[in-house]
Amino acid sequence: MKFTLSWLKEHLDTTASVAEIQRTLTMLGLEVESVEDRAAKLEGFITAHVLEAVQHPNADKLRVCKVDTGSGIVQVVCGAPNARTGMKGVFAPSGAHIPGTGLDLKPSKIRGVDSNGMLCSERELELSEDHAGIIDLPADTPIGLPAARVLGIDDPVIEIKVTPNRADALGVLGIARDLEAAGLGRRKQPDVAKVPGTYKSPVRWTHGYDVKPGVSCPIVVGRHFRNVKNGPSPAWLQQRLRAIGLRPISALVDITNLVTFDLNRPLHVFDADKIAGDLVMRQATPGETVLALDGRTYTLDETMAVIADSKAVHGIGGIMGGEDSGVSETTTNVFLEVAYFDPIAVSAAGRKLAIQSDARYRFERGVDPESVWWGAEVAARLILELCGGETSELVSSGIMPAWQRSYSLRPERARTLGGADVPAAAQLDILRKLGFGPSGEGPWSVAVPSWRPDVVGEADLVEEVVRVHGYDNVPAVSMPRETATSRPVRTPEQRRVPTARRALAVRGLTEAVTSSFTHSVLADLFGGVGDDLKVLNPIASELDVMRPSILPNLLQACGRNEARGLKDPALFEVGPQYKDATPTGQRSIAAGVRYGKGQPRAWTGPERPVDAFDAKADALAVLAAIGAPTDNLVAQPKAPAWYHPGRSGALVLGDRPLAYFGEVHPDVLAKLDLRGPAAAFEVFLDAAPPAKARPSKARPALKLSPFQPLERDFAFIVDGTIPADTLVRAARGADRAMITAAQVFDVYAGKGVPDGKKSVALSVTIQPAEKTLTDEEIEAISQKVVAQVAKQAGGVLRG
Amino acid sequence: MSETMDDLSTIRSETLAAVAAATDARALDAARVAALGKNGRVTGLMKTLGALPPDERKAFGQTVNTLKDEIAAALDARKADIDRASLAARLEAERLDVSLPVRPERMGTLHPIGQTIDEICAVFGEMGFVWAEGPDIEDDWHNFEALNFPPDHPARQMQDTFFLPPRADGMPMVLRTHTSPVQARTMLDKRVQKMLADGGSLRVIVPGRTFRTDSDQTHTPMFHQVEGLVIDRTTHMGHLKGCLTDFCRAFFEVDDVPVRFRPSYFPFTEPSAEVDIGCSWKGGELRIGAGDSWLEILGSGMVHPNVLRHCGLDPEIYQGFAFGMGIERVAMLKYGVPDLRTFFDSDLRWLRHYGFSALDVPSLTGGLSR
Repeated sequence: MKFTLSWLKEHLDTTASVAEIQRTLTMLGLEVESVEDRAAKLEGFITAHVLEAVQHPNADKLRVCKVDTGSGIVQVVCGAPNARTGMKGVFAPSGAHIPGTGLDLKPSKIRGVDSNGMLCSERELELSEDHAGIIDLPADTPIGLPAARVLGIDDPVIEIKVTPNRADALGVLGIARDLEAAGLGRRKQPDVAKVPGTYKSPVRWTHGYDVKPGVSCPIVVGRHFRNVKNGPSPAWLQQRLRAIGLRPISALVDITNLVTFDLNRPLHVFDADKIAGDLVMRQATPGETVLALDGRTYTLDETMAVIADSKAVHGIGGIMGGEDSGVSETTTNVFLEVAYFDPIAVSAAGRKLAIQSDARYRFERGVDPESVWWGAEVAARLILELCGGETSELVSSGIMPAWQRSYSLRPERARTLGGADVPAAAQLDILRKLGFGPSGEGPWSVAVPSWRPDVVGEADLVEEVVRVHGYDNVPAVSMPRETATSRPVRTPEQRRVPTARRALAVRGLTEAVTSSFTHSVLADLFGGVGDDLKVLNPIASELDVMRPSILPNLLQACGRNEARGLKDPALFEVGPQYKDATPTGQRSIAAGVRYGKGQPRAWTGPERPVDAFDAKADALAVLAAIGAPTDNLVAQPKAPAWYHPGRSGALVLGDRPLAYFGEVHPDVLAKLDLRGPAAAFEVFLDAAPPAKARPSKARPALKLSPFQPLERDFAFIVDGTIPADTLVRAARGADRAMITAAQVFDVYAGKGVPDGKKSVALSVTIQPAEKTLTDEEIEAISQKVVAQVAKQAGGVLRG
Repeated sequence: MSETMDDLSTIRSETLAAVAAATDARALDAARVAALGKNGRVTGLMKTLGALPPDERKAFGQTVNTLKDEIAAALDARKADIDRASLAARLEAERLDVSLPVRPERMGTLHPIGQTIDEICAVFGEMGFVWAEGPDIEDDWHNFEALNFPPDHPARQMQDTFFLPPRADGMPMVLRTHTSPVQARTMLDKRVQKMLADGGSLRVIVPGRTFRTDSDQTHTPMFHQVEGLVIDRTTHMGHLKGCLTDFCRAFFEVDDVPVRFRPSYFPFTEPSAEVDIGCSWKGGELRIGAGDSWLEILGSGMVHPNVLRHCGLDPEIYQGFAFGMGIERVAMLKYGVPDLRTFFDSDLRWLRHYGFSALDVPSLTGGLSR
């Protein structure tokens, strides 16, 4: 919403500076976005008198002018066809910067004749696109005055951002009302006195439906004008519209625009001679069309309000008028429409038709319904004044919507809700200046004015009081502390996310954050998604579903990094994946991809590609960090289809998978156009059982054996398909009291080992508890290991 | 006798010479064996001892023992010399080019979004806020209706909201356009309602993903917000101001940063306030702190009575405030990240440049940021 300072002052008697007005508006909630000082760029440009304009001796199209600037006479060579002796124009002296061309003027010789300065066109001053000739000022213009003042652009243009609730501030009147309440002057009442009609309107309003609460247009007012002359509007009006970025069109159209922005009262004028009989406010019939003022034809449906006569539609209610009945320079008889449209109906129709207009913008936020009456008077006064003619009596149809309402306001709520001590008298003053009608002794009953549809309860009234009183005047109170100890922000389960992130970063993976969307084609490679996870209005076709896994995004990111020449990316993300659209369908996952070399080329040792054990280590590190019982996990070859079937696994607790890991399936890499290799993991952060609640932070007592542990090595020949873990578990279980660890330190198949078999070497740790073991005792334990491995894994001690 | 003495002095001089001449452990051992071994010359002398008359035996025995000790000492001394020399020779040979790089290993980095969330949590945690969360895929009721969004509110229109197919019961499903639906989910929680009824105070922060159908220089279809909610019986706008002023100062680590509260409008708060912090732009570079300019950083307000009502709380008893803030936005301001879209590009160069060490855990006492 834009307006000029002088325009504001038509509504407000104030001596406040622009800076003060700017600050006050912002702190009232009418945030000032910009203050444009249009005069600044015309600094030094003055009005001047062309004393003489004669033909240039060496150029057909140039004239040599003697220009009186009020402080001297200068010679200017001018190329404008309208330069003539005796005219008044805008003169830019040497040294001036011409805004429209971006050039700095210098004294020069043009075809051998001295030229000092320039007579300017509108385009050169950025006033309009007109460059047909230089500005031709009225003959009575005094010379030597600042051009900005004469051109009517010497006052600043203020632009404010109006929040959707403040429809009333979409007119200068409403802005002035807020400023008055804030103590920045006294408001002048606009002249809304009745303009008596001199005849009965030949056009009448009717409704095409029963007017009940909730209809799209509850009330419409109109009046007829005859013998008007619709020429260009006067300079003051044109300047005002131009200042806010509107193009002056004709007096009648300019008046409707002025009233729209001045009083937030949209109007429409019809050429009455193009209307057949009476006008009806009705709903469109499906498929009905109208050529609107923007030159486009719209097809309407039954949810849209239209203004029609017996033959055709002449406007889309609250949005835009029709082209065929619009006013033109030849219009002599006019019919004025002043309607109130329901905000929801206008919003819905405007959205369907994709029309943005100043009328829609206002009606969908809420126009003062009472303005149908006074708006017709204000418009009539302006039309008669600027276009002559005479006006009819008012005609109307429908009933005034019931906008009257009151809310109770407890004076202490300013303090107990708003945090501000505002004396009762000051509260009443604020409310009255804003147009509210408080009554009673407190709690007050506060009547809401017709122009504030946004105020619907006590909290809104408190906001009015506190915002005008000033948020700056609300004392800040730090949050009172509630507990002696700081509570952790996250529960232990919630803490798994930051723990997993830090654990993976420590392991050399770099954290990425990728989109929750993926492409349906990729989603299908990762288990696919149901219809409930398809985005109906995706931002791009390759982001059309919610991701069923984080991996496709990370793999694509690895590919992008590789394409940038960044080798061996290792990326992880801790975030959501989606199984279905219910709240429990979203799971928290720590996923990662190591791509390319697990050990890069280096002088310290051979390089190697990433493999499943890189990913297994990452997964185990996350699980250990979040407190999962890693000793009880079993790695089984049960990873989903996007992993290499033989080089992947699941880390399972009981029958619950806590993580998947492995090489990425070559088909998946090929579909993603990646060379690979890639090893990936997915850890389900919510799957690990919660830590047991403990009564205190104390750890269990530490028992240390005074006896040295000893290690015995074994090598077993087993079937090639037996998981090494089976041997480890068999060895560990052989003597639970004495054996504290068993580790695989070698696996071998090939020469010396029968076909289909492998040799697995274990190192078993024996921890004596009570005394040093004798050789016989150690041998006995070793025999138990051999026996258990034989029993559980079919292992034979290697000779 | 003299012959024996003569012998003894020859053995002595020859053995000591052999010891002195030994340059390695093997030669030294040969010298030792030659003198003190089973068949060594000194051992041989000892063997002659029994054949001597008793009066000579003692004196000769002493002399041979002395010689034996002398040779042993010489052997030890020579051994130490040889060891020292061989260590010196080994150390001389063991030279590394210490300019060579170490074995390739790297530390990863943390994304600024998570780090910023942790920083925000550290500040609000100190004020007694706890973490709450809710689903990214929301129903229309939680995302809009409960939050007092009128049906015709622009944010409910197609151009802002991502839609998923409606639920079986006809409820429209959306990707949450803000973290605010978690306000409703939290207030509707029976345990929370009981805690409030018992006179407790609800203080939650809700960091999370949010979605809008915007994509340009300053908008990405997915972004992050943190929501805050305080509900009890007495919290008013003064607390809102105090809480958010304290937050802005702690988070931006500028003690006296001016914080401005401006009236604004959000459907789910009344009164509402936009919060700005002071800043200046010197030479195009942003400085947060007292200056001639303001930066909008969060939206806030007292929870609208309709929202309380929708969530089963009586607005005549309970009140409080809520706020919402864009995490990328505050991260960009604090850490000087110029372009929002780069957050989600996963460019390793960007991640390493703007990322954080895993060891930098934000806390108020340990330092919010380096």
